[in-house]
This record gives sequence, C-alpha cells and structure tokens, in this order.
Amino acid sequence: MTPFTYARAADPADAITRAGVQGARYLGGGTNLVDLMRETIERPAALVDVTGLSQAIEEQADGTVLIGAAARNTAIAEHPLIRTRYPVLTRSIVAGASAQIRNMATAAGNLLQRTRCVYFYDNEGSACNKRAPGSGCDAIGGFNRNHAILGASDACVATHPSDMCVALAVLDAVLHLDGPAGPRQVPFNDFHLLPGDTPQIETVLQPGELIVAIGLPALPLALNSTYRKVRDRASYAFALVSVAAALEVEDGLVSGVRLALGGVAHRPWRARIAEAALVGGPANDAAFLAAAEAELAAARPLRDNGFKIELARRTIAAVLTDLAENGQ
Amino acid sequence: MSITINGQPVAPPDDPRVSLLDLLREREHLTGTKKGCNQGACGACTVLVDGERVLSCLALAVQYDGCSITTVEGLGTPGNLHPLQHAFVEHDGFQCGYCTPGQICSALGMISELRRGVPSHVTVDLAADEIALTPDELRERMSGNLCRCGAYNGIVAAISETFAEAEPAE
Repeated sequence: MTPFTYARAADPADAITRAGVQGARYLGGGTNLVDLMRETIERPAALVDVTGLSQAIEEQADGTVLIGAAARNTAIAEHPLIRTRYPVLTRSIVAGASAQIRNMATAAGNLLQRTRCVYFYDNEGSACNKRAPGSGCDAIGGFNRNHAILGASDACVATHPSDMCVALAVLDAVLHLDGPAGPRQVPFNDFHLLPGDTPQIETVLQPGELIVAIGLPALPLALNSTYRKVRDRASYAFALVSVAAALEVEDGLVSGVRLALGGVAHRPWRARIAEAALVGGPANDAAFLAAAEAELAAARPLRDNGFKIELARRTIAAVLTDLAENGQ
Repeated sequence: MSITINGQPVAPPDDPRVSLLDLLREREHLTGTKKGCNQGACGACTVLVDGERVLSCLALAVQYDGCSITTVEGLGTPGNLHPLQHAFVEHDGFQCGYCTPGQICSALGMISELRRGVPSHVTVDLAADEIALTPDELRERMSGNLCRCGAYNGIVAAISETFAEAEPAE
C-alpha cells in the first residue's frame, strides 16, 4: 500500500470537508477498497472513514424505508422491514460474499465496489482501460467466461459484482447524495454507467460527493419478490447470472412486474424490455421465456461466455414461474 | 482511545496501513489468528469484533479504535479449552490446523447470528423468528471459512454437537 492519511468523519458535512483534498477517498468497511489498495490498484492519499455516519434503517412518513449509507450489509438483510416488505433485498444480500464480509461491508460501499475482472486486478501484467485508461482490454479475446453479454463496449467488458444492487434495481431505490455542490437525489437506476469509451467512470458521483442514504419507495409488488443467483459453487462465489424479480398476477395476467439481471453487464441490468413484454399478458412459461428472449436479443457473447445468454433466459423464466405460483 | 484485544487495551498503530491481522500477529504476537490469502477469500483470519465475526486481513486496525476484539487466544487455553475447541479435537475438525482458529471464531459469530434470527441463503422462511441449525444452514453460514485439508465433516460435527439445539451431523 502507498502511504495515506486517515481520519474519521463525524457527520456528512465533516466527511465532505475532509474529502476536499487531492486524492481523498471515502472508506466504508474496507472489504474491497483495502484489497485494491494492497494491490496498488487504488492509491488514495487520504482516507475519510464514513462508517460512523448513519446506520439507521427507518420508515419515513410517506412509506419509504430509508437505509443509512453506513448500515452493514448484514443489518440490512436481517431488518424486519426489509425481510417482510422487500424480500428480494434480503435474498440478494445473503447470496453475496461471506457472513464475515457482510458484517463489515456498508450499504454505500456495496454500491461502489469495483469489478472482479481478473485483468482489472492484474496490475502488473494486463491491459485494462478501467485501471489504466487507453491501455486496452485484455479481457476481450482473453478468458472472459465471467464477463458481460449486455451493454459492453470495445473498451470494457467487465461486470458489476454486486448482488444487492440487482435487488435495488428492481426496487427503484433512490440514492440520497451530498457533496460540495449540495444535496441531491439520484434514481438508483441512473447511478451506475455503462462502460462506453470511459470505463474508468463507473457512476454519476461527482468528485467529493458522498452517498448518505438509500431510499426504498413503498412497493406492494415487492411482497412477492425474490432473487436467484447461479454460480460455479453453492456458496461464496460471484454470480454467473442472477435474477431479481417482483411479480403481481391477477386473473392469470401479469398486472405488475419488475425484473433485473446481475452478472451480465457493467451495471445492474434492469430488464425493461422484458417487463414491457410481460405486463398485461399471461403469466405462463411461454410468456416468461418470450419476454426473456426479447430482453436478451441485444446480448453479444464473447469467446467464453455465450452460455450466459441461455442461462439468463432459463433463470428469468424459472424465477418468474416460482413467483407466479407463489403469488396465486 | 484504544483497541481492546482479549480484554487488554492496545494503542492503535501510528501507520494506518497496518491491518488488524498484522497488528494482532506482528505487534501483539497473537499468532493464533492466521494469514491465509490476505485478500478476504479464505476466512483463516476471522476474529470477533464486539461479538461479530469479521475478516481481520481486510480491516485497517485504525478503524477499530474503541472496539473490543476477541481472538482464539481469548477463548480458551491449552489446559482449559473452550467447549467448541474441545469438540474440534473430539471430532477431528482439522488436520493441519491452519484454518482452525478462524473456523472457531467464525462458528461463535455464526451462532450468535443464528440465535438472533439473521437469515441465510438457505433459509426458506424469511419471516421466521427462530432458525434451526440444520446441516444445510451450518454449511452455508460457514462457507466463508475454507479448509484445504477437507475436514468439513468433522467441523460440522463439532459445531453441531457444541450448539446442542442442532440436529446431529450425518
């Protein structure tokens, strides 16, 4: 690790002030940033510890559940409001990492974790436009079994690693930010970016801007929601493909649906094409498969990851079938 | 402020780069906690912070100022083993022993999570207040601790027996 200064922030204003120096970074649980610093992929000059900021998980007057950015992943997963109203969020969190890491990792840190693309991590020997803009991408044409099938570019085919974020995509979460230019709110689905020509820019956060809280709007549809993760081993592995979904069926017809995919793109992939295909139609296997195919029509396989297209198609249909049966 | 380690106050390091793991091993000479991968993949460095299991290799020690750390040295002594340590011996819960301190600290954290109703990936009913320590629950909840010797069956048996509300392992 390269040397850095360390300070604990007392409140968001203090954090933003302290982060106003060159090379400063906010530090949550450290489960990703510390590892990246040890690899010298991240070289902050100053760390501002924001784990002392709000960890509260509370219902607001309008029914929104507000999660403090410093809430640990375990605390979110186990909270009665989350377990009962947003089961997809609990299911996604407990599908990710290990219990020890979930005890450390914060809500905001989960959003800001970086890809586990092996070429991104190979600081010594690999070209990576995300780590060193303009150096190229060794994943394209390399070992790319874990890489993106949707929304990738000629500059980057990395995937976003989070499970929790796939659930936040279907829940239409709202991020509460604060920074040098003042507070603002950003829809979660506008927060992460596709790689384009600038894969080093991963979110819409401005320099010094801080995630203060995550808002979950009231969403009765989410009562019938779940998360399914397909991976190479039964536990403690990143997703090959994952599906977060919420479904409401009335008289055999889909009256409401939310769908998002993980492990397939540079950002959590909200499947709006599939959603549009499903609403008002029959809640059966044929319709679920057809909607999945519509979403995946834009998928582009790399050398090693073509299997993800069929895996995503079947997993989408399987999850929606389970939810349709559960919601009868 | 100070970091409390097994009941003893310790000053946080001056260099913020020092991990909690290196503080324990290199400065406090508490070498029970092991450095396996040093990147959060193996669980050998698991310790308890205010009763919660964490990975000390990914923890910057300065972040834990004011916290209470328990390592395997704080659980039992050779002449007075913790019941879970005794069960690991009885059930051959290890071969080389390198993962064992992490397994034991992790299991203690795991049991407190289970008893307060934290759901896991294999928990069927998210609304349940009480979750039984079935072999499936135990294995899923301990999946962050790898054992390259493959002593998993013994580990499952030792944990199951110690926390008696569990079904006996096969």
